[in-house]
Amino acid sequence: MSIISTSARKIVPGQFHVMEEISPEQKSDHNYSITIENLDVYIEDHQILEDINVSIPEKSITCIIGPSGCGKTTFLKTLNRMHDETPEVRIKGNVIVDGENIYGADVNVNDTRRKMGLLAQRPCLLPMSIYDNVAYGPKIHGLKRRKAINQTVIQYLQYVGLWDEVRNRIRSSATGLSIGQQQRLCLARGLAVEPEYILGDEATSALDPLSTKKIEELFIKLKEKYTVILVTHTLRQARRIADFIIFMYLGKIIEAGPTEEFFNNPGKQITKDYLSGSFS
Amino acid sequence: MMVIAALLILGVLLFILGTIFYKGLPVLNLDMITKLPGGGFYLGKEGGVLNAIVGSFCIICGSVLISLFISVPLVMYINFYLPKKSRFSKAIRFSLDILFGVPSIVYGAFGFSLMIYLGIKASLLGGIIAVAMLIMPIMMRPFDEVAHLLSRDLPDALLSLGVTKYEMIKVILRQLRPGLITSVLLAVGRGIGDAATVLFTAGYTDNIPVAFSQPAASLPLSIFFQLGSPVEEVQNRGYASAIILTIIVLILSFVSRLISSKYSKNRI
Repeated sequence: MSIISTSARKIVPGQFHVMEEISPEQKSDHNYSITIENLDVYIEDHQILEDINVSIPEKSITCIIGPSGCGKTTFLKTLNRMHDETPEVRIKGNVIVDGENIYGADVNVNDTRRKMGLLAQRPCLLPMSIYDNVAYGPKIHGLKRRKAINQTVIQYLQYVGLWDEVRNRIRSSATGLSIGQQQRLCLARGLAVEPEYILGDEATSALDPLSTKKIEELFIKLKEKYTVILVTHTLRQARRIADFIIFMYLGKIIEAGPTEEFFNNPGKQITKDYLSGSFS
Repeated sequence: MMVIAALLILGVLLFILGTIFYKGLPVLNLDMITKLPGGGFYLGKEGGVLNAIVGSFCIICGSVLISLFISVPLVMYINFYLPKKSRFSKAIRFSLDILFGVPSIVYGAFGFSLMIYLGIKASLLGGIIAVAMLIMPIMMRPFDEVAHLLSRDLPDALLSLGVTKYEMIKVILRQLRPGLITSVLLAVGRGIGDAATVLFTAGYTDNIPVAFSQPAASLPLSIFFQLGSPVEEVQNRGYASAIILTIIVLILSFVSRLISSKYSKNRI
Protein backbone atom coordinates (compact mmCIF):
# COMPACT_ATOMS: atom_id res chain seq x y z
CA MET A 1 0.00 0.00 0.00
CA SER A 2 1.25 3.40 -0.74
CA ILE A 3 1.21 6.53 1.24
CA ILE A 4 -1.38 9.20 1.54
CA SER A 5 -1.04 11.42 -1.33
CA THR A 6 -2.63 13.20 -4.00
CA SER A 7 -0.98 12.50 -7.24
CA ALA A 8 -2.11 9.99 -9.75
CA ARG A 9 1.21 8.31 -10.28
CA LYS A 10 2.54 5.76 -7.87
CA ILE A 11 3.67 7.87 -5.05
CA VAL A 12 7.23 8.52 -4.17
CA PRO A 13 7.67 8.75 -0.41
CA GLY A 14 8.21 12.30 0.63
CA GLN A 15 5.99 13.85 -2.00
CA PHE A 16 2.86 13.85 -0.05
CA HIS A 17 2.00 17.39 0.65
CA VAL A 18 -0.67 18.87 -1.44
CA MET A 19 -2.49 17.61 -4.42
CA GLU A 20 -1.65 19.24 -7.67
CA GLU A 21 -4.29 18.00 -10.00
CA ILE A 22 -6.56 15.05 -10.25
CA SER A 23 -7.08 12.99 -13.31
CA PRO A 24 -10.23 10.92 -13.70
CA GLU A 25 -8.29 7.66 -13.50
CA GLN A 26 -7.04 8.55 -10.10
CA LYS A 27 -10.51 8.48 -8.63
CA SER A 28 -10.74 4.83 -9.41
CA ASP A 29 -7.33 4.06 -7.97
CA HIS A 30 -8.27 1.23 -5.68
CA ASN A 31 -5.67 2.10 -3.11
CA TYR A 32 -7.51 5.26 -2.26
CA SER A 33 -11.00 4.89 -0.99
CA ILE A 34 -11.57 8.50 -0.04
CA THR A 35 -10.31 11.43 -2.05
CA ILE A 36 -10.94 14.97 -0.94
CA GLU A 37 -10.64 17.70 -3.51
CA ASN A 38 -10.47 21.45 -2.95
CA LEU A 39 -12.51 21.26 0.20
CA ASP A 40 -13.40 24.56 1.86
CA VAL A 41 -15.63 24.69 4.91
CA TYR A 42 -17.12 27.88 6.32
CA ILE A 43 -19.14 28.44 9.45
CA GLU A 44 -21.11 31.56 8.65
CA ASP A 45 -18.38 33.81 7.21
CA HIS A 46 -15.52 32.23 9.06
CA GLN A 47 -13.41 29.82 7.07
CA ILE A 48 -12.66 26.68 9.07
CA LEU A 49 -11.02 24.47 6.46
CA GLU A 50 -9.06 25.82 3.55
CA ASP A 51 -8.26 24.01 0.36
CA ILE A 52 -8.03 20.48 1.68
CA ASN A 53 -6.69 18.05 -0.91
CA VAL A 54 -5.84 14.62 0.33
CA SER A 55 -6.49 10.96 -0.32
CA ILE A 56 -7.00 8.37 2.34
CA PRO A 57 -5.75 4.85 1.65
CA GLU A 58 -8.14 1.99 2.19
CA LYS A 59 -7.86 -0.70 4.86
CA SER A 60 -5.43 1.20 7.01
CA ILE A 61 -5.48 3.56 9.97
CA THR A 62 -5.16 7.23 9.18
CA CYS A 63 -4.74 9.58 12.13
CA ILE A 64 -5.55 13.26 11.87
CA ILE A 65 -3.46 15.24 14.33
CA GLY A 66 -2.99 18.88 15.09
CA PRO A 67 -3.46 21.46 17.81
CA SER A 68 -6.91 22.23 19.25
CA GLY A 69 -9.14 24.23 16.98
CA CYS A 70 -7.26 23.35 13.81
CA GLY A 71 -10.33 21.85 12.20
CA LYS A 72 -9.76 18.14 12.78
CA THR A 73 -13.29 17.38 13.92
CA THR A 74 -14.80 19.66 11.29
CA PHE A 75 -12.84 17.73 8.70
CA LEU A 76 -14.01 14.40 10.06
CA LYS A 77 -17.61 15.57 10.07
CA THR A 78 -17.41 16.46 6.39
CA LEU A 79 -16.78 12.81 5.69
CA ASN A 80 -20.15 11.62 6.97
CA ARG A 81 -22.10 14.78 6.18
CA MET A 82 -22.88 15.53 9.80
CA HIS A 83 -22.55 19.22 8.91
CA ASP A 84 -25.91 18.90 7.17
CA GLU A 85 -27.44 19.27 10.62
CA THR A 86 -25.96 22.74 11.11
CA PRO A 87 -27.21 25.10 8.42
CA GLU A 88 -24.57 27.74 9.22
CA VAL A 89 -21.93 25.46 7.74
CA ARG A 90 -21.14 25.85 4.04
CA ILE A 91 -19.10 23.27 2.21
CA LYS A 92 -17.36 23.67 -1.11
CA GLY A 93 -15.38 21.01 -2.89
CA ASN A 94 -15.68 17.28 -3.40
CA VAL A 95 -15.43 14.34 -1.06
CA ILE A 96 -15.18 11.30 -3.26
CA VAL A 97 -15.93 8.03 -1.53
CA ASP A 98 -15.70 4.87 -3.61
CA GLY A 99 -15.78 6.92 -6.78
CA GLU A 100 -18.84 8.95 -5.85
CA ASN A 101 -18.96 12.51 -4.56
CA ILE A 102 -20.93 12.30 -1.32
CA TYR A 103 -21.92 15.95 -1.73
CA GLY A 104 -23.42 15.14 -5.13
CA ALA A 105 -26.98 16.04 -5.91
CA ASP A 106 -28.67 12.64 -5.78
CA VAL A 107 -26.77 11.12 -2.89
CA ASN A 108 -28.83 9.66 -0.06
CA VAL A 109 -27.34 11.15 3.07
CA ASN A 110 -28.57 8.28 5.26
CA ASP A 111 -26.74 5.76 3.10
CA THR A 112 -23.58 7.83 3.26
CA ARG A 113 -23.75 8.00 7.04
CA ARG A 114 -24.43 4.32 7.29
CA LYS A 115 -21.31 3.67 5.27
CA MET A 116 -19.29 5.83 7.68
CA GLY A 117 -19.47 4.38 11.16
CA LEU A 118 -18.80 7.07 13.77
CA LEU A 119 -17.26 6.51 17.17
CA ALA A 120 -17.71 9.65 19.23
CA GLN A 121 -15.55 11.08 21.97
CA ARG A 122 -17.82 9.97 24.76
CA PRO A 123 -19.88 6.81 24.44
CA CYS A 124 -23.51 7.72 23.84
CA LEU A 125 -25.80 4.77 24.36
CA LEU A 126 -29.34 4.49 23.14
CA PRO A 127 -31.98 4.33 25.87
CA MET A 128 -32.35 0.58 25.46
CA SER A 129 -30.87 -2.70 26.64
CA ILE A 130 -27.40 -3.89 25.64
CA TYR A 131 -28.95 -6.23 23.10
CA ASP A 132 -31.16 -3.56 21.56
CA ASN A 133 -28.30 -1.10 21.33
CA VAL A 134 -26.62 -3.41 18.84
CA ALA A 135 -29.82 -4.72 17.25
CA TYR A 136 -31.29 -1.26 16.68
CA GLY A 137 -29.31 -0.38 13.54
CA PRO A 138 -29.80 -3.66 11.67
CA LYS A 139 -33.51 -3.64 12.57
CA ILE A 140 -33.94 -0.10 11.26
CA HIS A 141 -32.15 -1.07 8.07
CA GLY A 142 -34.56 -3.88 7.46
CA LEU A 143 -33.25 -7.00 9.19
CA LYS A 144 -36.43 -8.79 10.24
CA ARG A 145 -35.76 -12.38 11.24
CA ARG A 146 -35.13 -12.79 14.93
CA LYS A 147 -32.49 -15.41 14.35
CA ALA A 148 -30.53 -13.21 11.99
CA ILE A 149 -30.72 -10.31 14.44
CA ASN A 150 -29.53 -12.52 17.29
CA GLN A 151 -26.64 -13.69 15.18
CA THR A 152 -25.64 -10.15 14.24
CA VAL A 153 -25.73 -9.00 17.86
CA ILE A 154 -23.62 -11.90 19.07
CA GLN A 155 -21.21 -11.61 16.18
CA TYR A 156 -20.42 -7.94 16.77
CA LEU A 157 -20.37 -8.18 20.54
CA GLN A 158 -17.83 -10.96 20.12
CA TYR A 159 -15.91 -8.89 17.64
CA VAL A 160 -15.42 -6.07 20.14
CA GLY A 161 -14.69 -8.56 22.91
CA LEU A 162 -17.76 -7.68 24.94
CA TRP A 163 -19.80 -10.85 24.53
CA ASP A 164 -18.25 -12.79 27.42
CA GLU A 165 -18.54 -9.80 29.70
CA VAL A 166 -22.22 -9.12 29.03
CA ARG A 167 -23.76 -12.41 27.90
CA ASN A 168 -25.59 -12.89 31.19
CA ARG A 169 -27.11 -9.43 31.26
CA ILE A 170 -27.71 -8.81 27.60
CA ARG A 171 -31.31 -7.71 28.24
CA SER A 172 -30.46 -5.32 31.00
CA SER A 173 -29.75 -1.64 30.66
CA ALA A 174 -26.54 -0.61 29.00
CA THR A 175 -25.95 2.00 31.69
CA GLY A 176 -24.52 -0.61 34.02
CA LEU A 177 -21.45 -0.98 31.84
CA SER A 178 -18.16 0.73 32.54
CA ILE A 179 -17.29 3.60 30.24
CA GLY A 180 -14.74 1.49 28.37
CA GLN A 181 -17.33 -1.23 27.84
CA GLN A 182 -19.82 1.40 26.73
CA GLN A 183 -17.39 2.65 24.11
CA ARG A 184 -16.89 -0.88 22.80
CA LEU A 185 -20.67 -1.33 22.75
CA CYS A 186 -20.94 1.85 20.69
CA LEU A 187 -18.38 0.41 18.32
CA ALA A 188 -20.35 -2.84 18.03
CA ARG A 189 -23.51 -0.80 17.39
CA GLY A 190 -21.74 1.12 14.65
CA LEU A 191 -20.31 -2.04 13.07
CA ALA A 192 -23.69 -3.77 13.10
CA VAL A 193 -25.01 -1.51 10.33
CA GLU A 194 -22.12 -2.76 8.18
CA PRO A 195 -20.18 0.39 7.44
CA GLU A 196 -17.10 0.42 5.23
CA TYR A 197 -15.31 3.17 7.08
CA ILE A 198 -14.83 3.84 10.76
CA LEU A 199 -14.45 7.42 11.87
CA GLY A 200 -13.21 8.02 15.39
CA ASP A 201 -13.43 11.46 16.96
CA GLU A 202 -10.94 11.28 19.83
CA ALA A 203 -12.60 8.00 20.63
CA THR A 204 -10.31 7.16 23.53
CA SER A 205 -9.90 10.54 25.18
CA ALA A 206 -12.54 9.83 27.83
CA LEU A 207 -11.22 6.35 28.64
CA ASP A 208 -8.77 4.93 31.15
CA PRO A 209 -5.45 3.53 29.85
CA LEU A 210 -6.63 -0.09 29.87
CA SER A 211 -9.83 0.63 27.94
CA THR A 212 -7.83 2.84 25.58
CA LYS A 213 -5.53 -0.08 24.91
CA LYS A 214 -8.48 -2.33 24.14
CA ILE A 215 -9.99 0.18 21.74
CA GLU A 216 -6.63 0.69 20.05
CA GLU A 217 -6.25 -3.06 19.60
CA LEU A 218 -9.71 -3.09 18.07
CA PHE A 219 -8.75 -0.38 15.62
CA ILE A 220 -5.77 -2.44 14.52
CA LYS A 221 -8.07 -5.42 14.08
CA LEU A 222 -10.59 -3.27 12.22
CA LYS A 223 -8.19 -2.14 9.55
CA GLU A 224 -8.19 -5.63 8.06
CA LYS A 225 -11.75 -5.04 6.93
CA TYR A 226 -12.38 -1.34 7.22
CA THR A 227 -10.72 1.95 6.48
CA VAL A 228 -10.18 3.65 9.82
CA ILE A 229 -9.87 7.42 10.15
CA LEU A 230 -9.16 8.78 13.61
CA VAL A 231 -8.88 12.22 15.07
CA THR A 232 -6.53 12.10 18.00
CA HIS A 233 -4.96 14.48 20.44
CA THR A 234 -2.23 12.16 21.59
CA LEU A 235 0.81 11.95 19.38
CA ARG A 236 1.83 8.74 21.09
CA GLN A 237 -1.42 7.10 20.13
CA ALA A 238 -0.98 8.20 16.52
CA ARG A 239 2.52 6.79 16.55
CA ARG A 240 1.36 3.50 18.08
CA ILE A 241 -1.48 2.67 15.76
CA ALA A 242 -1.50 4.89 12.69
CA ASP A 243 -0.31 3.83 9.27
CA PHE A 244 -0.71 7.30 7.91
CA ILE A 245 -0.75 10.73 9.47
CA ILE A 246 -2.46 13.91 8.38
CA PHE A 247 -1.15 16.93 10.23
CA MET A 248 -3.44 19.95 10.25
CA TYR A 249 -2.82 23.46 11.44
CA LEU A 250 -5.16 26.45 11.26
CA GLY A 251 -7.56 24.74 8.91
CA LYS A 252 -4.98 23.54 6.41
CA ILE A 253 -3.21 20.28 5.86
CA ILE A 254 0.44 20.99 6.53
CA GLU A 255 1.79 17.56 5.92
CA ALA A 256 0.52 14.06 5.29
CA GLY A 257 2.35 10.78 4.97
CA PRO A 258 3.22 7.39 6.40
CA THR A 259 3.70 7.36 10.16
CA GLU A 260 7.39 6.42 10.25
CA GLU A 261 8.29 8.99 7.68
CA PHE A 262 6.20 11.66 9.36
CA PHE A 263 7.64 11.25 12.82
CA ASN A 264 11.23 10.56 11.87
CA ASN A 265 11.62 12.94 9.04
CA PRO A 266 9.03 15.69 9.04
CA GLY A 267 9.25 17.91 6.01
CA LYS A 268 8.29 21.26 7.45
CA GLN A 269 9.48 23.38 10.31
CA ILE A 270 6.01 23.79 11.77
CA THR A 271 5.60 20.01 11.93
CA LYS A 272 8.92 19.70 13.73
CA ASP A 273 7.83 22.36 16.20
CA TYR A 274 4.56 20.57 16.84
CA LEU A 275 6.22 17.19 17.29
CA SER A 276 8.77 18.63 19.68
CA GLY A 277 5.98 20.11 21.75
CA SER A 278 6.68 23.78 21.07
CA PHE A 279 2.94 24.30 20.76
CA SER A 280 -0.06 22.13 21.13
CA MET B 1 -33.93 32.43 57.32
CA MET B 2 -33.94 29.40 55.07
CA VAL B 3 -35.28 27.25 57.86
CA ILE B 4 -38.08 29.73 58.49
CA ALA B 5 -38.97 29.74 54.80
CA ALA B 6 -39.03 25.96 54.73
CA LEU B 7 -41.20 25.83 57.85
CA LEU B 8 -43.52 28.42 56.37
CA ILE B 9 -44.04 26.35 53.22
CA LEU B 10 -44.60 23.22 55.28
CA GLY B 11 -46.94 25.11 57.57
CA VAL B 12 -49.07 26.40 54.70
CA LEU B 13 -49.31 22.92 53.20
CA LEU B 14 -50.30 21.39 56.54
CA PHE B 15 -52.81 24.18 57.15
CA ILE B 16 -54.52 23.61 53.79
CA LEU B 17 -54.56 19.84 54.12
CA GLY B 18 -55.59 20.16 57.77
CA THR B 19 -58.54 22.37 56.92
CA ILE B 20 -59.94 20.18 54.17
CA PHE B 21 -59.42 17.02 56.16
CA TYR B 22 -60.81 18.46 59.40
CA LYS B 23 -63.96 19.69 57.74
CA GLY B 24 -64.31 17.15 54.95
CA LEU B 25 -63.27 13.85 56.48
CA PRO B 26 -66.33 13.44 58.79
CA VAL B 27 -68.74 13.68 55.84
CA LEU B 28 -66.58 11.75 53.36
CA ASN B 29 -68.22 8.41 52.69
CA LEU B 30 -68.68 5.92 49.90
CA ASP B 31 -71.85 7.66 48.74
CA MET B 32 -69.82 10.75 47.92
CA ILE B 33 -67.87 8.98 45.23
CA THR B 34 -70.43 6.46 44.01
CA LYS B 35 -73.65 8.47 43.78
CA LEU B 36 -74.90 11.27 41.65
CA PRO B 37 -76.32 14.32 43.41
CA GLY B 38 -79.91 13.53 44.31
CA GLY B 39 -82.69 16.08 44.43
CA GLY B 40 -81.90 18.72 47.01
CA PHE B 41 -78.27 17.61 47.29
CA TYR B 42 -77.17 21.21 47.58
CA LEU B 43 -79.59 21.72 50.42
CA GLY B 44 -78.26 18.84 52.48
CA LYS B 45 -80.14 15.87 51.05
CA GLU B 46 -78.29 12.75 50.08
CA GLY B 47 -76.17 12.04 47.02
CA GLY B 48 -72.56 12.28 45.88
CA VAL B 49 -70.28 14.00 43.43
CA LEU B 50 -69.79 11.14 40.96
CA ASN B 51 -70.96 13.46 38.17
CA ALA B 52 -68.12 15.86 38.91
CA ILE B 53 -65.51 13.10 39.30
CA VAL B 54 -66.41 11.55 35.96
CA GLY B 55 -66.78 14.95 34.31
CA SER B 56 -63.38 16.17 35.50
CA PHE B 57 -61.81 12.90 34.46
CA CYS B 58 -63.27 13.10 30.93
CA ILE B 59 -62.28 16.73 30.52
CA ILE B 60 -58.72 16.23 31.67
CA CYS B 61 -58.17 13.04 29.64
CA GLY B 62 -59.47 14.66 26.49
CA SER B 63 -57.49 17.83 26.92
CA VAL B 64 -54.26 16.00 27.79
CA LEU B 65 -54.67 13.94 24.61
CA ILE B 66 -55.23 17.02 22.48
CA SER B 67 -52.29 18.88 23.99
CA LEU B 68 -50.02 15.85 23.60
CA PHE B 69 -50.86 15.61 19.93
CA ILE B 70 -49.92 19.23 19.47
CA SER B 71 -47.08 19.79 21.93
CA VAL B 72 -44.95 16.69 21.29
CA PRO B 73 -44.59 17.26 17.53
CA LEU B 74 -44.06 20.98 18.06
CA VAL B 75 -41.35 20.50 20.70
CA MET B 76 -39.61 17.91 18.51
CA TYR B 77 -39.83 20.27 15.56
CA ILE B 78 -38.35 23.31 17.26
CA ASN B 79 -35.63 21.30 18.94
CA PHE B 80 -34.52 18.78 16.36
CA TYR B 81 -35.63 20.05 12.96
CA LEU B 82 -35.12 23.77 13.17
CA PRO B 83 -31.59 25.13 13.46
CA LYS B 84 -30.45 26.15 16.94
CA LYS B 85 -30.65 29.87 16.37
CA SER B 86 -33.86 29.76 14.38
CA ARG B 87 -36.08 32.82 14.75
CA PHE B 88 -39.18 30.71 14.38
CA SER B 89 -38.36 28.57 17.41
CA LYS B 90 -37.57 31.73 19.40
CA ALA B 91 -40.95 33.13 18.41
CA ILE B 92 -42.69 29.91 19.46
CA ARG B 93 -40.94 29.88 22.83
CA PHE B 94 -41.82 33.50 23.37
CA SER B 95 -45.49 32.91 22.59
CA LEU B 96 -45.52 29.92 24.89
CA ASP B 97 -44.17 32.10 27.69
CA ILE B 98 -46.98 34.57 27.09
CA LEU B 99 -49.63 31.85 26.93
CA PHE B 100 -48.18 30.42 30.15
CA GLY B 101 -49.03 33.64 31.93
CA VAL B 102 -52.55 34.08 30.56
CA PRO B 103 -55.10 33.69 33.40
CA SER B 104 -57.38 30.70 33.07
CA ILE B 105 -60.54 32.83 33.04
CA VAL B 106 -59.28 34.36 29.79
CA TYR B 107 -59.07 30.90 28.25
CA GLY B 108 -62.56 30.25 29.54
CA ALA B 109 -63.89 33.47 28.04
CA PHE B 110 -62.04 32.86 24.78
CA GLY B 111 -63.36 29.32 24.59
CA PHE B 112 -66.83 30.63 25.32
CA SER B 113 -66.75 33.22 22.53
CA LEU B 114 -65.32 30.61 20.19
CA MET B 115 -68.21 28.31 21.08
CA ILE B 116 -70.76 31.04 20.48
CA TYR B 117 -69.16 31.71 17.12
CA LEU B 118 -69.30 28.03 16.21
CA GLY B 119 -72.74 27.65 17.70
CA ILE B 120 -71.92 24.99 20.30
CA LYS B 121 -73.51 25.03 23.73
CA ALA B 122 -71.63 24.53 26.97
CA SER B 123 -70.49 20.95 26.62
CA LEU B 124 -67.85 18.37 27.38
CA LEU B 125 -66.18 19.14 24.05
CA GLY B 126 -66.07 22.86 24.81
CA GLY B 127 -64.52 22.14 28.21
CA ILE B 128 -61.95 19.81 26.71
CA ILE B 129 -60.87 22.39 24.13
CA ALA B 130 -60.66 25.24 26.65
CA VAL B 131 -58.70 23.16 29.18
CA ALA B 132 -56.45 21.89 26.38
CA MET B 133 -55.60 25.51 25.53
CA LEU B 134 -54.91 26.20 29.19
CA ILE B 135 -52.60 23.25 29.78
CA MET B 136 -50.78 23.21 26.44
CA PRO B 137 -48.18 25.83 27.38
CA ILE B 138 -47.89 24.33 30.86
CA MET B 139 -47.08 20.98 29.29
CA MET B 140 -44.92 22.30 26.51
CA ARG B 141 -42.60 24.64 28.36
CA PRO B 142 -40.96 22.11 30.75
CA PHE B 143 -40.94 19.45 28.03
CA ASP B 144 -39.22 21.87 25.70
CA GLU B 145 -36.72 22.56 28.45
CA VAL B 146 -35.73 18.89 28.83
CA ALA B 147 -35.62 18.44 25.06
CA HIS B 148 -33.43 21.52 24.78
CA LEU B 149 -31.04 20.21 27.42
CA LEU B 150 -30.64 16.83 25.72
CA SER B 151 -27.04 16.51 24.66
CA ARG B 152 -26.32 16.67 20.93
CA ASP B 153 -24.54 13.32 21.30
CA LEU B 154 -27.68 11.20 21.05
CA PRO B 155 -29.02 12.68 17.80
CA ASP B 156 -25.52 12.55 16.34
CA ALA B 157 -25.04 8.93 17.39
CA LEU B 158 -28.36 8.00 15.82
CA LEU B 159 -27.83 9.90 12.59
CA SER B 160 -24.40 8.40 12.16
CA LEU B 161 -26.07 4.99 12.10
CA GLY B 162 -27.83 6.20 8.97
CA VAL B 163 -31.32 6.34 10.46
CA THR B 164 -33.90 8.80 9.22
CA LYS B 165 -34.92 11.81 11.26
CA TYR B 166 -38.25 10.22 12.03
CA GLU B 167 -36.58 7.14 13.51
CA MET B 168 -34.24 9.42 15.41
CA ILE B 169 -37.18 11.26 16.97
CA LYS B 170 -38.68 7.97 18.13
CA VAL B 171 -35.56 7.07 20.11
CA ILE B 172 -35.19 10.60 21.44
CA LEU B 173 -38.78 10.49 22.70
CA ARG B 174 -37.92 7.31 24.54
CA GLN B 175 -35.06 9.10 26.20
CA LEU B 176 -37.26 12.09 27.04
CA ARG B 177 -40.19 10.05 28.38
CA PRO B 178 -39.63 10.84 32.08
CA GLY B 179 -39.48 14.53 31.25
CA LEU B 180 -42.64 14.25 29.21
CA ILE B 181 -44.47 12.45 32.00
CA THR B 182 -43.46 15.13 34.48
CA SER B 183 -44.73 17.81 32.14
CA VAL B 184 -48.03 16.00 31.66
CA LEU B 185 -48.38 15.69 35.42
CA LEU B 186 -47.83 19.39 35.94
CA ALA B 187 -50.43 20.09 33.31
CA VAL B 188 -52.94 17.62 34.76
CA GLY B 189 -52.50 19.05 38.23
CA ARG B 190 -53.23 22.50 36.92
CA GLY B 191 -55.98 21.54 34.51
CA ILE B 192 -58.01 19.31 36.81
CA GLY B 193 -58.18 21.89 39.55
CA ASP B 194 -59.08 24.85 37.40
CA ALA B 195 -62.60 26.20 37.79
CA ALA B 196 -62.50 29.32 35.64
CA THR B 197 -61.87 27.58 32.32
CA VAL B 198 -64.71 25.11 32.65
CA LEU B 199 -67.15 27.60 34.17
CA PHE B 200 -68.38 28.90 30.81
CA THR B 201 -67.29 26.13 28.52
CA ALA B 202 -68.24 22.81 30.08
CA GLY B 203 -71.21 24.02 32.06
CA TYR B 204 -72.49 22.00 34.97
CA THR B 205 -74.87 19.12 35.29
CA ASP B 206 -75.99 16.60 37.85
CA ASN B 207 -75.65 13.79 35.33
CA ILE B 208 -72.75 11.94 33.81
CA PRO B 209 -72.07 13.15 30.25
CA VAL B 210 -72.56 10.41 27.65
CA ALA B 211 -71.77 12.51 24.57
CA PHE B 212 -69.33 15.27 23.70
CA SER B 213 -72.22 17.62 23.10
CA GLN B 214 -73.60 17.30 26.63
CA PRO B 215 -72.56 19.54 29.47
CA ALA B 216 -70.13 18.03 31.96
CA ALA B 217 -69.67 18.71 35.65
CA SER B 218 -66.23 19.16 37.16
CA LEU B 219 -64.84 18.87 40.66
CA PRO B 220 -63.69 22.47 41.10
CA LEU B 221 -67.13 23.77 40.12
CA SER B 222 -68.80 21.17 42.30
CA ILE B 223 -66.69 22.34 45.22
CA PHE B 224 -67.58 25.93 44.40
CA PHE B 225 -71.31 25.24 44.37
CA GLN B 226 -71.22 23.22 47.56
CA LEU B 227 -69.18 25.79 49.44
CA GLY B 228 -71.62 28.43 48.26
CA SER B 229 -74.50 26.64 49.92
CA PRO B 230 -75.84 28.13 53.15
CA VAL B 231 -76.17 24.64 54.69
CA GLU B 232 -73.15 23.73 56.79
CA GLU B 233 -73.29 20.05 55.94
CA VAL B 234 -73.14 20.85 52.23
CA GLN B 235 -70.19 23.14 52.86
CA ASN B 236 -68.39 20.30 54.59
CA ARG B 237 -69.19 18.09 51.62
CA GLY B 238 -67.38 20.72 49.55
CA TYR B 239 -64.29 20.08 51.65
CA ALA B 240 -64.80 16.36 51.20
CA SER B 241 -64.87 16.91 47.44
CA ALA B 242 -61.62 18.83 47.81
CA ILE B 243 -60.13 15.76 49.50
CA ILE B 244 -61.29 13.64 46.56
CA LEU B 245 -59.70 16.06 44.09
CA THR B 246 -56.44 16.08 46.02
CA ILE B 247 -56.36 12.31 46.20
CA ILE B 248 -57.07 11.96 42.47
CA VAL B 249 -54.13 14.23 41.67
CA LEU B 250 -51.93 12.26 44.08
CA ILE B 251 -52.96 8.92 42.59
CA LEU B 252 -52.37 10.17 39.05
CA SER B 253 -48.95 11.41 40.05
CA PHE B 254 -47.97 8.13 41.74
CA VAL B 255 -49.27 5.98 38.91
CA SER B 256 -47.46 7.94 36.25
CA ARG B 257 -44.23 7.92 38.22
CA LEU B 258 -44.62 4.18 38.61
CA ILE B 259 -45.18 3.71 34.90
CA SER B 260 -42.31 5.98 34.08
CA SER B 261 -39.86 4.14 36.33
CA LYS B 262 -41.04 0.78 35.02
CA TYR B 263 -40.55 1.74 31.41
CA SER B 264 -37.40 3.70 31.92
CA LYS B 265 -35.44 0.79 33.39
CA ASN B 266 -33.29 0.86 30.30
CA ARG B 267 -32.83 4.55 30.46
CA ILE B 268 -29.37 6.00 30.37
